[in-house]
Parts: sequence; C-alpha cells; structure tokens
Amino acid sequence: MDVLLIPRLLIELVGYVLTVAPDILPIVLALATPLALGALCGVLNERSGVVNIGIEGIMLASAFTGYLTGFALHSTVGALPSLVLGVAVAVLTGAVLGLFHAWLCVSVRADQIIAGTILNIGAFGLTAYFNKLIITQSGLGGAGVLPGLRIAPEIAGLPLVGPIVTMFFQQGPIAMSVLFLVIVLQVLLFRSRWGLRTRAVGEHPKAADTVGIDVYRLRYLNVIAGCALAGLAGAYLTLESTGSFQNGMTGGRGFIALAAMIFGRWTPVGALGGALLFGTFTALGVIVSVRPAGGELGALLQGIPTFWYAALPYLVTIVILAGAVGRAIPPAADGIPYEKEARA
Amino acid sequence: MTEEERAAQEAARSSLPVGRAPALEMRGITKRFPGTLANDHVDLSIQPGEIHGLLGENGAGKTTLMNILYGLIAPDEGEVLIDGKAVTIHDPADAIARGIGMVHQHFMLVPVLTVAENVILGAEVMRGPVLLDLGEASRRIRALAEQVGFQIDPGVRVEQLSVGQQQRVEILKALYRGARILVLDEPTAVLTPQETEEIFQVLRRLRGEGASIVFISHKLDEVLRIADRITVIRRGAVVGERRPADTSEQELADLMVGREVSLRVDRGTSHPGEVSLQVTGLRVQDDRGHEVVRGLDLTVRSGEIVGVAGVAGNGQEELVEAIVGLRKPSAGRVTLAGRDITGRSPRQVREARVGYVPADRQRYGLVLSFPLDDNFCLTEYYRPPFASGIVRNEAAIRRHAEKLIAEFDVRTPGPGVRAQTLSGGNQQKVVVAREFGDDALIVLDQPTRGLDVGSTEFIHRRAIEQRDAGTAVLLVSADLDEILELSDRIVVIHRGRVVGEFDGREAERDRIGLLMARGEAA
Repeated sequence: MDVLLIPRLLIELVGYVLTVAPDILPIVLALATPLALGALCGVLNERSGVVNIGIEGIMLASAFTGYLTGFALHSTVGALPSLVLGVAVAVLTGAVLGLFHAWLCVSVRADQIIAGTILNIGAFGLTAYFNKLIITQSGLGGAGVLPGLRIAPEIAGLPLVGPIVTMFFQQGPIAMSVLFLVIVLQVLLFRSRWGLRTRAVGEHPKAADTVGIDVYRLRYLNVIAGCALAGLAGAYLTLESTGSFQNGMTGGRGFIALAAMIFGRWTPVGALGGALLFGTFTALGVIVSVRPAGGELGALLQGIPTFWYAALPYLVTIVILAGAVGRAIPPAADGIPYEKEARA
Repeated sequence: MTEEERAAQEAARSSLPVGRAPALEMRGITKRFPGTLANDHVDLSIQPGEIHGLLGENGAGKTTLMNILYGLIAPDEGEVLIDGKAVTIHDPADAIARGIGMVHQHFMLVPVLTVAENVILGAEVMRGPVLLDLGEASRRIRALAEQVGFQIDPGVRVEQLSVGQQQRVEILKALYRGARILVLDEPTAVLTPQETEEIFQVLRRLRGEGASIVFISHKLDEVLRIADRITVIRRGAVVGERRPADTSEQELADLMVGREVSLRVDRGTSHPGEVSLQVTGLRVQDDRGHEVVRGLDLTVRSGEIVGVAGVAGNGQEELVEAIVGLRKPSAGRVTLAGRDITGRSPRQVREARVGYVPADRQRYGLVLSFPLDDNFCLTEYYRPPFASGIVRNEAAIRRHAEKLIAEFDVRTPGPGVRAQTLSGGNQQKVVVAREFGDDALIVLDQPTRGLDVGSTEFIHRRAIEQRDAGTAVLLVSADLDEILELSDRIVVIHRGRVVGEFDGREAERDRIGLLMARGEAA
C-alpha cells in the first residue's frame, strides 16, 4: 500500500474542510439550534433533580401549536405578527406541558420516565390527529418563516469578518438567541442565587430544605422554564426552519438533545458544544453529497454508502452515551422525587 | 411516666438557676404518631451559655423533639419559648430566623458545592439583585471560622473534606445564620477521638460566648464530659435530669434503658487456635476503579475477635466485600483454614462456613418486604432441609424461624411478619440469628450501628459466645469504642493498608485514634 496515502488524504481533507466551511457552518448552526435548546431544557430540569425524557414530545407539540397559530392568523394579522404570536404560543405550550410534567414528577411523585413517555406518545398522537383534522384537510399553507436580519452591505463586504457576521445574522432570531441563552444560563447557573439553589436542590434536596429553600417550588420553576425552551425549539422547527408541519417532524431531536446535555456534563456551554458536535456530524452527511470532494479523498468518501452518513449523528450519540467522553456524573438527586419529612 | 419520675422531674426543674429567662424552653411538648406517643409532655430548658446533653435511646423521641424545635414537625400540644417569649415555628426558615441552628446527624451538605456555597445556601451574599458575591462570602466565612478557633478554605469542595471538617462546615452554616441556640444531633458518631476533642473545644468556645448548645448523644462518657446538665428521655418522656458531677455512666444508662444494663460486656479471655482467615497482599478497587485496598495483610485465628479500626472510607468496605465474595480483588489471596477462597462467589464463600453481617442491614442484610421466615433461610433456602429439589419445605422453614426467634429474642408477633415492620434492633437480631451458628468465620461490618444500648449489648454478648465456640470473628466498625470493647486484637487500617496492630486489652485509645487519622504514629 502507498505509504503516503494517509498523509495525502489528510492534506486533501484539510483543503476540503476549508473550502466547504462557509457552506457547512450555517447548516451546523441551523441543525444545532433545536438540539441546543432541547439540551438547555434538559440542563434546567435535571440540575434541579427532575429527569425529562419528554423533550421530544414537548418540541413536537410546540412546533404544532406554533405552526397552527401562524396558520390560523396570518391572513388576518399579517405574516410577521402571526409568526411572532406563533412563537409565543409555542413557548407557552412548552411551559404548560412543563407544568404538567412538574406536577407528575414533583407533586404526584410519578415515575419520571413514564411521565416523559406520556408526553412523547401524547404529543405524537394528538399533533398527528389535529394536523389531519385542521391543516391537511384545509389544503392551505402556513405563515412562512421568520426572516433573518439584513446586514448592511458595508459590513457584509468586509474581508474575513463580513462572511462570518453575515452567516451568523442570516440565521433567524431563534437561532441567534441560542448563543445568548447559553451564556446567560451558564452565568446564572454558577454565579447566581437561583443557580446555587437549583444545583443544591438537584444534588441534596433535604439540605436545601433545612436551610429554608422551597424544593418543590424551585423544581416547578425550573421544569417550566426549561420546557418553555423546548417549546422555543419546536417553534424553530416550524416557524424559522421549515415553514411547515409534518407528523413526527422532531425525528428524535429531543433525545439527541439529552445526549448533548450528557456530553456537556449538564452545563449550558457544554450542552451547546454537544449540540454543535451533533450538528456537525449531521451536516457532514449533507455536505459530502452536495459538494463532493475531488481526488482520492472524494473517491474514498463516495465509496461509503450514504446511509452511513445519515446514521452518523445517531452512531455518535450511542458512542457518547456509552461513555466515550468519560464517565459523566449526573446530579445526585436526578430523577428522585423529594418527600418532605415523612411523619410531619 | 410514673408519679415518682414526675416528682423527680419537678425537683430537677425547681433547682434551675433563677433570674434570666432560659434561652430556650420547651413546655409540655406532646406529639402522637399513629400507634405511638413520640413525645409525652416533654419539658426542656436551656440557659444561655449552657451545653445541655440530651440522652436517649434510638426511638426515645430525641429526634422528634428536635424536629419540632426546628419546625419540621408540628407538636400536638405544648409550647416553645425563646428568651421567655412563646413562639410558633412553622418551618426551618422560621427556626433559623429565631436563632436556632441544627447540625444534623447526617450532614446536610451538598458534596459537589464548595464550603462557601454550602454555608451561604439559602442566605446568600449578593452583589446586585441576581449575582452572588462569593468573594465577600469567603471573607466572612474565614473570619467566622477564626472567631471560633479553626481554619477552613471556603473555596474547596465539601466532598474533599474529612468528616470532622465537614462537621465544622455544618457548625459554620448555623453560626453564619446567627444561631444562638445550636442543636447537634449525634455529632461525634463518626469522629476519631482527636476530632471529637477538637469539636468539644469549639463547643466550649461557643458556650463562652453565650451560645446555648443542645448536645444529643447516646455516648454516655462524652455527654458527661461536655455537658453542664443532662436530660434523659425514654419512650417519649423525660425520665430524669442530672448534673455530670452528681451522676455516673451507670446511672444514666439505667435511666435511658429503664432497667439495669451492663455497659461493658465482659469479653473474658480468648483462646486463639489455628489460623482461620488469612488475607495476603490483597488489592481491591472501589466502584470508580480507584484502588482502595492496597496490599493488605490480615490474619484472624479461630477463637479470637480481630477489630479493624479506621476512619470510614479507608478501604474497610471493599476489604469486607472482597472477603465475602461480593467484590473481585485485583490481586492478593484470601484463604480460609488454608483453602483458597479468593474471588469465589458469595455462595461458595458461605458454603465454606462464613457468616456475614453487612453494614447496611436494610439493603443487604434483609429483604424488607419478605416475611421473617424467608429472611431466616435466605442463605440456605436452596438446600435441605429448606428445600427438596425445587420445592420449598414450608414446615422446616417455619420451624427454623420459630427456633431463631425464640433463641435470639426477636420481638415480633410471629414469623409471618414482614421484616420492614420490625425496629432496627430487631431487624439486626434477625440478621445475626441467621448468620451466627456453626461458622468458621464471621465478618461483622458495623454490627451495632444505630442500635440502642439493649440490642447492642445483646449482639456483643452473642459475638463473644461465638468466639468462645471457636469461630474466628472479624469486626469492622467506625465506632472505636465498640472495637476497643470487643476485640482481642486490633488492627488499624489507613488508606487500604494495615498501619498498626494492638493487643485488644492494652490498646490506648489515643494512639489508635492518631494512627487512624494519620496512618503513622505521631
């Protein structure tokens, strides 16, 4: 075998990555957005001690209610106002489902995996039903998508900085808000009163209780806020990314978001990193067919059946969840309902 | 409560110093739980600048009383007065606001948070409306620690601290909230003698500054050493109040139990025979893959009790698990009467006549939801006489249970009762009854942890009988007093190695304590 094959391939790979980078980065950001928002939902839930595997269902339900709002209102109030209202309804849907999840997990002390499963199955069935009943039967379209920001040509024309700024701002408002949310939540979780109390409640709720912290209230608050973010992720799918609703369109993103959360060790910044990683692997599959590489590298990549590229993000998920990133330790009280002094 | 006891209580109360109102007074506190009277008209009063010992067996009502004080439980009757004024305490936040601080037996610290974060939790130092001021918090905590006479790094994570240091963090937590009445629940249960002495110094210093301290314990000698006054409760009621100078360990023990008890079991003389358990060069990893038993050698002869003393977490748990077959050692050998049993399954080890009383009786010693008769044959259910082939022999199982219940004085309505309904002491008797018998070796891991004086006495006596019958006994305990009382030979374990060996009858408490803490003689 040619001993120089590997070095040559590496050089070609670097060249290829550099040429496709401007195309691949926007795709990565777009793909990472719902994952990152879902992962933030997981971080808020699990840091306070509630496991939520219903993120998938919450995203799907919110994607639907958000889309439905735009669908119903855009002819009367106009496209943009109906889209903004749609986002608000989606976020509210997330919050309400969060309230339901918190009620089951915190007050009823139901099994949290079952509670999440209820959300997933319920959302899948109900959205498909109402989709057929209301939207498909009407044969009408939705309100379109939220527009990205327009960049002044002077800025866009700047060398190096220009394309990056453009790429970032051409994403819609929800995608752009992700970075902001990640930074704010990272700071709040580790430097604010709310963050300290949240971490305490997720690690040792009784210790928090004995210093006068209301464990139930804080868990409700975190689950509701987190699920509102999952609602935002749903809004992104229908109102910013595709402009339409399809049954089961979340396609497992809610679960990959949980993998991103674990990859990020239950921190907001880490969760974003995880989301970007999964986004990158998904984008890779897209880009190698859209912009095939040339030379030996191209031949090599073309030789791999395309389903492997489609399966890549899921395979990465499995590898990561199997502990390839080292043993990730969840909050100690994660998934354990808190019961106040039993004999009180 | 009898008339006589009531009279004694009245007399004790009238002898209190008069003048200033007590810092804390609890009057006629009564609390009923379904089926039990947890507190029966309990009166307790604590002066400013007083350390008050609260003695009682498990289940006597100490914890209920303190939970009422801390607002975790509402009393059915009675009132709480602070500085002479009646107050109602609804929840812990209320208690904290009234200057009551509690150091719980199981620390209420979050291991992954830093000392500073733990101390300020719930009473945060803020910089603006949202963000914490951890720098200012650290400064205040350092100052507070120096004031009571110790040093602590507020930036270190609590999980990296020793148990003794963690306890100081708990005390800091209370002081930081302005506690003037400090309740410590079994504070010395897991400390070395040196750590105990250090905590006593801190308490004395606090007393000097006018704090009132309630010191809950069942360790008689410690209460006698530290307390200014001692209140004894039994079955929910106050049965006596004493000053240390006017009482003795024996009197306090009798009051606590309600009958005469022998505090020290007479261990008699041992007649060690052949080597039974031999552990050579044993290396064992914990769940996280860290080597925690690191080349350990140990010998137990038949007819002797060898006590393993050590601060919790120095490999004792893994050592025991490796011996009884629950954990595979990575290197070394375990032999029993010359037969290699290294890495054998628990059943194979048991069939080599090894009895094992695990530290956590509720999780590993019993199946709580099973009736007693099934629990009694848990280790032998699969062979005659309890089974013939795949069929259980109910009659034999029942007979066996009835025999052990009588022999070990297990208090239960009958062998069909589920194990979870029994008290801790009786649960442990079930385990001990099952494991003791015709054994070559018995491994006792924390055999009396959390048990009352009566049950402890019973189990100690049985262990000695077992030794006298020629069994080798390996005793692992975090309670140094228990080790000193029972062992014919004591080995000290530190970081997975044996660092010292003592004759059980001549061992000096302090030397063992130092070895436990440092791993080398001072």
